[in-house]
Amino acid sequence: MTEKEKTKIMFIMRKSPHGSILAYEGLEAILIMGAFEQEISVVFIDDGVFVLKKEQDTKPLGVKEFSRTFRTLEDYDITNIYADRESLEQRGLSADDLIIPVKVVEAGEITKIMDEQDVLFPF
Amino acid sequence: MLHTINKSPFFSNNLESCLRFAKDGDPIMLYEDGVYSAAAGTKIESIMKGALKKHPVYAIEADVKARGITKVLEGVYLCDYSCFVGLVEQHKVSSWF
Repeated sequence: MTEKEKTKIMFIMRKSPHGSILAYEGLEAILIMGAFEQEISVVFIDDGVFVLKKEQDTKPLGVKEFSRTFRTLEDYDITNIYADRESLEQRGLSADDLIIPVKVVEAGEITKIMDEQDVLFPF
Repeated sequence: MLHTINKSPFFSNNLESCLRFAKDGDPIMLYEDGVYSAAAGTKIESIMKGALKKHPVYAIEADVKARGITKVLEGVYLCDYSCFVGLVEQHKVSSWF
């Protein structure tokens, strides 16, 4: 498949990790789509930025700790990973608090990137 | 890009996030509880008036009527499902839920 035929797909992660199943489902969808070698990008907005928070310990809660699974995204060549600066700041977070490297960008930049996509998958 | 919102603006920040990331001129479709954003006289009226200057805003009339919303903000297009389908055909879709 040539570069031109690749579909540009963006996953929009807006939900916290343990309040609903959405963030986990989003991760699974990203990994599945990653196997199809499309042009994937992921953006973390609103409570979605909490998904990448370091030092999540879900043992007492008895649920799966899936944030570290985001480290596997680079194995799928998914490196276009963004976080909304305002969402991070509002929640007292910075890039250093996140489990994987992300590009911290302004809303206007995210708007542009969204506009370039063929498909958006919100979670 | 067509942006869709189906939650009440008093329950979630979906409207605000949508407006933060939507490009000027992008249409916004309010349906289900999203239509509460189209009601006049609420605390988000000023936000919506700002949105109406930048975006065509549509609301599903059946959802508006079902909720007893009789005063709709000026400039909001009330529309039916075929209008919704028409917009989806013309645009990529970003749903805020």
